[in-house]
Amino acid sequence: MDTVMLSRIQFASTTIFHYFFVPVSIGLALLIAIMETMYVRKGNEEYKRMAQFWGKLFLINFAVGVVTGILQEFQFGMNWSDYSRFVGDVFGAPLAIEALLAFFLESTFIGLWIFGWDKVSKKIHLLAIWMVALGTTLSAFWILTANSFMQHPVGFAMNNGRAEMNDFLALITNGQLLVELPHTLLAAYATGAFLVTGISAYKMLKKQDVPFFRRSFEIAAIVGIVSSVGVAVAGHAQAQYLVETQPMKMAASEGLWEDSGDPGAWTVTAFIDPVNKVNSGEIKIPYLLSFLSYSEFSGSVKGMNTLQAEYEQQYGPGNYIPPVRTTFWSFRIMVVAGSLMVVLGLYAMYLMWRKKMERPNTWFMRFMFWGLLLPPIANTAGWIMTEIGRQPWTVFGLMTTEDSVSPNVSAGSILFSVITFNAIYAILGIVLIGLFVKVIKKGPYHMDHDHGESHDPYSKEGTTHAFS
Amino acid sequence: MLSLNELWFVLIAVLFIGFFFLEGFDFGVGMETQILAKNDTERRVLINSIGPFWDANEVWLLTGAGAMFAAFPNWYATLFSGFYIPFVFALLALIARGVAFEFRGKRDSLAWKRTWDACIFFGSFLPPFLLAVVFASFIKGLPIDGDMQMYAGFFDIVNGYTVVAGLTVVMLCLVHGLMFTTLRTVGDLQVRARKLAQKLLLPLAALLLAFVIMTYFMTDVFEQRGALLMVLVVLGIAAYVLSGYFMSIKKDGWAFGMTGAVMALSVLSVFVGLFPRVMISSIDSAFNLTITNAASGHYSLKVMTIVALSLLPFVLGYQIWSYFIFHKRVHEKEHLEY
Repeated sequence: MDTVMLSRIQFASTTIFHYFFVPVSIGLALLIAIMETMYVRKGNEEYKRMAQFWGKLFLINFAVGVVTGILQEFQFGMNWSDYSRFVGDVFGAPLAIEALLAFFLESTFIGLWIFGWDKVSKKIHLLAIWMVALGTTLSAFWILTANSFMQHPVGFAMNNGRAEMNDFLALITNGQLLVELPHTLLAAYATGAFLVTGISAYKMLKKQDVPFFRRSFEIAAIVGIVSSVGVAVAGHAQAQYLVETQPMKMAASEGLWEDSGDPGAWTVTAFIDPVNKVNSGEIKIPYLLSFLSYSEFSGSVKGMNTLQAEYEQQYGPGNYIPPVRTTFWSFRIMVVAGSLMVVLGLYAMYLMWRKKMERPNTWFMRFMFWGLLLPPIANTAGWIMTEIGRQPWTVFGLMTTEDSVSPNVSAGSILFSVITFNAIYAILGIVLIGLFVKVIKKGPYHMDHDHGESHDPYSKEGTTHAFS
Repeated sequence: MLSLNELWFVLIAVLFIGFFFLEGFDFGVGMETQILAKNDTERRVLINSIGPFWDANEVWLLTGAGAMFAAFPNWYATLFSGFYIPFVFALLALIARGVAFEFRGKRDSLAWKRTWDACIFFGSFLPPFLLAVVFASFIKGLPIDGDMQMYAGFFDIVNGYTVVAGLTVVMLCLVHGLMFTTLRTVGDLQVRARKLAQKLLLPLAALLLAFVIMTYFMTDVFEQRGALLMVLVVLGIAAYVLSGYFMSIKKDGWAFGMTGAVMALSVLSVFVGLFPRVMISSIDSAFNLTITNAASGHYSLKVMTIVALSLLPFVLGYQIWSYFIFHKRVHEKEHLEY
């Protein structure tokens, strides 16, 4: 394999893995902050226990998210040095600001939160978790500013053969960012929420600590339904922006070879043949593509063949069609997973409204448990669609992926790093799941330490009574 | 008046000095878990003593790299692609170390703890070693061609000079970490930490001296800025002697400050020796990367300057505040997180 392919494998695998944990951190931080706020306002110890129990999962997850994030910052230079030279002027700034503004905030206040339970006042402690939540959100803002530039470059001028920033405000008010940020952030909040409802549903099914988990479930379900409906709305806005700025990605995600005609029909499924550029066995819903693209039931959407011809005129000869099947199916996986989240969330709302959460339907709780997998599936598929659909560009219209790699790094070196990083990531994944299961099994009333009184560190049993 | 390019060179130097000063001691404490600690409780005391800080300390490195990317994209690109394999190892070590702190206390099994303890040790030893190797080869010069691409072989990176630099910084981190331990622990552990630090002063002196002499003969930095570097060396010797003196009279805070000063002066010397270059080509000095040809445009630097200068006071403020909150010593009788 050549260095481009290996570098892509390295970036894709490490980024997908990293992004299992990022949304969980963002979402759980918010939920824990809400729970601790309720504790400080109402003084009810149950909420404190909630913040601590979910906090344990948060910290395990956060650790893996942070360490896998370190590589993210370095591999632009390691594997994509020509890219870094070309856009560093624009792309480096948001990354540096992310570190300065978000990473310091998160890391300092997470230390305060973990070790500060009996060292600072309740309010300062509460402030700490809100600062962590703020930090994770700011982090999302700045990394998405950088990503949005790759999707839709703005605020720069070409100078001496590289992109140089000339309008910082344009960079942080990039139309792409304005649709990508709410979609991504809300998806992250939904991820945290569905993790909490899923685990709570499991514990309620097992009839363990039912009141505790019912309350957790209810808090998270509210956050879950608000955010998953919001994700859909924001996603719709994003699709419309896509038609304007990256029509090829839109066409590929619809498997649309020829122009759709007016009004355009939405393809539900199809067998796509990218070699002969035809589809077979299509199932279509009339009008829907026009609505998705323009919010009205008319309007034609350009197909890949038309766009290919346009791009060749604009950028010279080459293949500008991304891997169609991957783009097409990842989009559908995302949409289906997102829709299921909305359905589950709505039903949970219905149960809560009718006060039926006391004796919830077993089947529904099983669905809610497996529902915790929906957000990660949707997140991953969504990012695959976004990044694969952008190919062959790293920066749309400016620089191709092929031109972005480090010319001085050997394939062997990259292969070595692909293998070692993936191996260590696999171990981390297994350990994390194992620890999650362990914490969940133990439950909130069996914390293995307390934060109030002194005790003999050799005695592990001496601590479990603290909360019971 | 500093130009923006000069200012960003200074800021990056400050970030790396901050990183080595701060993470230096938590790397040292990480190494102590195998060298100084006698049992699991002592290990937990040591880890707890850096618990609230190490993560933020590491962000100094991330911010330094981010600032390099933003202000000197060519420096960032040449550096990280050129040192590909050393960075793979440094990152693997940092990854293992970071999760080890979180994971080690989560199961009651000896094999489990030993595994993560090994990660903490190697994760605390390898990164400072490798980063020092990288910084030393900065001033020694590297095969960088006219396209700013670095094609370095194994011995361009790993050689007598860089290995001495690596060992020097590792030893410095260890002594610095031991002094931190004297500040945050009590009783026997504290006494042993101070004693070990005193014992290590002599080998540290030998390494530092070897590094200075090799730098004199193997690099051009003394030709470039001999007078200034001599001042730094003299200050370094003074700080080193004072650290030994303060250890002997048990003024641990002052001794910690002095070991940190030796560290800061060492890193500062590298940056002073480099300036205005950021990477030195061993092929042709015309191929050197400098604060001019490696930099971002003026507009970008200006924006970054405004952002950095307005955020920095807050960042420093809450970091100092967090050290203040956790200024009390860690006691083995209290609840230990790990």
